[in-house]
Amino acid sequence: MAESPSHAHDGHAHAGHGAHDGHGGHHEESWFVHYFWSTDHKMIAKQYLVTGMLMGVIGAYFAYVFRMQLAFPGKPVPGYGLVTGADYNALVTNHGAIMIFWVAMPVLIAAFGNYLIPLMIGCDDMVFPRINRLSYQIFAISAVLVVASFFVQGGAFGGAWTAYPPLSAKAEYSLTPAGSSLWLIAVALEFVAFLLGGINFVTTAMNSRAPGMKAFDIPIAVWMIVIASILFMASVGPLIAGALMLLFDQMIGTGFFDPDRGGDPILWQHLFWFFGHPEVYVVLLPAMGFVAEIITTFSRKKMFAYKTVLATTFATGLLSFFVWAHHQFIAGIDPRMANVFSVTTVLISVPIAEMCFVYIATLYGGSITFSVPMLWALAFIAEFLLGGVTGIYLGSSGADIYFHDTYFVVAHFHYTFFPIAIIGSFAGMTYWYPKMFGTFMNEAWNKLHFWVTIIGFNGIFLPLFITGASGDHRRIFDYTNFPELDTPELQSLRVLATVSLLVMLVIQPVFLINFFYSMFRGKKAGANPWKANTLEWQAASPPPHGNFPTLPEVYRGPYEFSVPGRDEDYWPQNSPN
Amino acid sequence: MLDLFMLQGSSFAGSIDSLVWLVTFIVGTWFVLVEGIFFWLLFRYRKQDGVKAEYFDDGREHAIKHVWIEWPHRAILALDVIIIYGAISVWMEVKMYVPVTDETIRITAQQWAWTFQHAGKDNKIGTADDIILIDEMHVEVGKKYLFELASKDVLHSFSVPVWRLKQDAIPGRVITGWFEPTLAGEYDVQCAEICGIGHGIMPAKLYVEYPEKHAAWLENPAPMLASSNPQ
Ligand code: HEM
Ligand SMILES: [Cu+2]
Ligand SMILES: [Cu+2]
Repeated sequence: MAESPSHAHDGHAHAGHGAHDGHGGHHEESWFVHYFWSTDHKMIAKQYLVTGMLMGVIGAYFAYVFRMQLAFPGKPVPGYGLVTGADYNALVTNHGAIMIFWVAMPVLIAAFGNYLIPLMIGCDDMVFPRINRLSYQIFAISAVLVVASFFVQGGAFGGAWTAYPPLSAKAEYSLTPAGSSLWLIAVALEFVAFLLGGINFVTTAMNSRAPGMKAFDIPIAVWMIVIASILFMASVGPLIAGALMLLFDQMIGTGFFDPDRGGDPILWQHLFWFFGHPEVYVVLLPAMGFVAEIITTFSRKKMFAYKTVLATTFATGLLSFFVWAHHQFIAGIDPRMANVFSVTTVLISVPIAEMCFVYIATLYGGSITFSVPMLWALAFIAEFLLGGVTGIYLGSSGADIYFHDTYFVVAHFHYTFFPIAIIGSFAGMTYWYPKMFGTFMNEAWNKLHFWVTIIGFNGIFLPLFITGASGDHRRIFDYTNFPELDTPELQSLRVLATVSLLVMLVIQPVFLINFFYSMFRGKKAGANPWKANTLEWQAASPPPHGNFPTLPEVYRGPYEFSVPGRDEDYWPQNSPN
Repeated sequence: MLDLFMLQGSSFAGSIDSLVWLVTFIVGTWFVLVEGIFFWLLFRYRKQDGVKAEYFDDGREHAIKHVWIEWPHRAILALDVIIIYGAISVWMEVKMYVPVTDETIRITAQQWAWTFQHAGKDNKIGTADDIILIDEMHVEVGKKYLFELASKDVLHSFSVPVWRLKQDAIPGRVITGWFEPTLAGEYDVQCAEICGIGHGIMPAKLYVEYPEKHAAWLENPAPMLASSNPQ
């Protein structure tokens, strides 16, 4: 740690595990420094969280526009206007990219990773606080760029979030000369931001743990975020190289992916999916981590088979590097290769299913309270299961010949991504809200929001399994051109999906208002409102700079609930007896 | 499963549909079972006055691990083997082993149209009597076709849902494959790979004809776009 403390916040990071005597000095920092130039992990977490939520609103708005077009083709969409083929492609592309790179990643990994890692392992800040600040700043620039790409000449990039060349490589094909490059630069910057963040997460979790916290005393949420960061860092390298090559193809006329000049468009697909499949687990794991914390707390049960959770996580992570070509079964790869990838893909069901079983077994013998965070965590398990099992259809190469690029795929991956990015985030936000802001959100409104969101979600995507099985292909802006698809039955399913989306969207302001209103007016929460064991609950709510009055020492694992012979049904990690 | 939603129009559509049924039985059973256990646990172990949660020490945990983890692990592994076997056999039938075919058809994709080069009366591709049509493809029931798929610009994907056939077209390569139509009628061809702003309006019409009708078309291969109204 060679950085020299230049102002108050940095000073904290360097106080290390010693005393925190500099607290009095924080009051003079300006408003700007406090909110925009902070190196405090909790403030950076909130920056990521709010940015992610904002981008979530944009991503949802895009979904609203293109779903309206699908339900009522050719009619102007209220709040948007007519949706052309070019608009549709741009909206779908950026919906997908924003939801994954600017919502799921910042909220699940960056916001919660930043917030939770130092608090859960009992230290005062990240190891590299200024790298942390830089990470958010680069991320913020990338978010601005991707939104700005809608306002440049030719409009936003519309070649799908997978950006397959030659369409993405040549403006004469994509017709978005500026949009394609801006999009690609934004994505590449986002990767840089998360590489920087990942360095911090891994280093901090390895080096700054409270005395006494051994490897198997680390809360699962921390493990998951760290493993996710490692997966991300190990998989993104080739894609960053690929992104630069694609950028060169776009801007200076190289031909890496241009078949006319000896390049190969399929190469991009390998680079993309070598990253893209592990990326699925990069966002899945943190959500699984939150769910582990929540179900143990609200069933007052020890996590069942803690080490099995870790083993299955490692197995999944490792296997996830060997399944990427299941996205390319029919892309013109050697058909024999499909056999290999079909085997690895179907086999990944083993560790993932085991992980689900371990979570479900944790409920066995518990005493379950259906609080709002618990509802979200349970909904995650129930819904993710459907996403998981439908993946088997797609991993079975023979069946994927039909399913590939149909709405069945869209429904499948939203049954994984929606639980991850939306349900998982709501679980985390409602669970740690009292810690972050020191107050409770209104529970009744939150329950209403939960049920409407869940019903809406299933109403959107269950019909899409059927339209997919009936022949609806993805990224098609108007089905009336296809006689087989232009039937009243299919159209009523499309309308059902859109109406369900409207229902789901209408309820979201209830959460947002509750979220911001409760910061100021919510019932005060004590340090440990849920009676949980992990260290973040031993700090004040909200934790001050430096987190803990004295840095905690750890005596036991994180899930010692309902231990026989004790009066209390919880046993904080730092309590000596 | 897919047969509930659409016709089976090719010789291998049935195999794919059976595979989908197989997967549905296996994962469907698991899904219902696991959700059932899950909701039952939620009900059974809901918080009740005076009832404390159990604490599993290492010994207890170890004792029940085989029920929750080890047996399911083996069962899933065994079922995975069945699924993989089914998946690969169907894959081989459709994509790996091209049977001896009766005729060749060249399919070329471009932004945003399909060109179909039919062999014509002499049944040989690349001769003067080839019939070249845009967005219109004619084949005969019961004949095996070899297709040669190419693209002039970006990626496209040749997809015929009723045949359960899909194959990406890649510029710079010619990809071959086969099909045998078994059901006469008019069907949709969709482009399944995003290919630019016209991707959503890149349909083609597929005419699968009985031998007499196909022979008549060969005599007088005028485009029949006028008759391609929605059913
Ligand atoms: C707000 C509710 C959502 C709705 C109604 C929705 C709907 C859709 C639909 C219908 C498509 C396919 C459009 C097409 O292929 O023409 C799509 C694509 C996609 N969505 Fe969502 N989605 C939602 C949330 C999410 C979330 C939370 C994520 C991820 C975290 C996500 C990730 C994606 C991705 C990656 C694509 C593929 C984009 C592409 O084809 O390039 N979506 N979404
Ligand atoms: Cu994948
Ligand atoms: Cu296309």
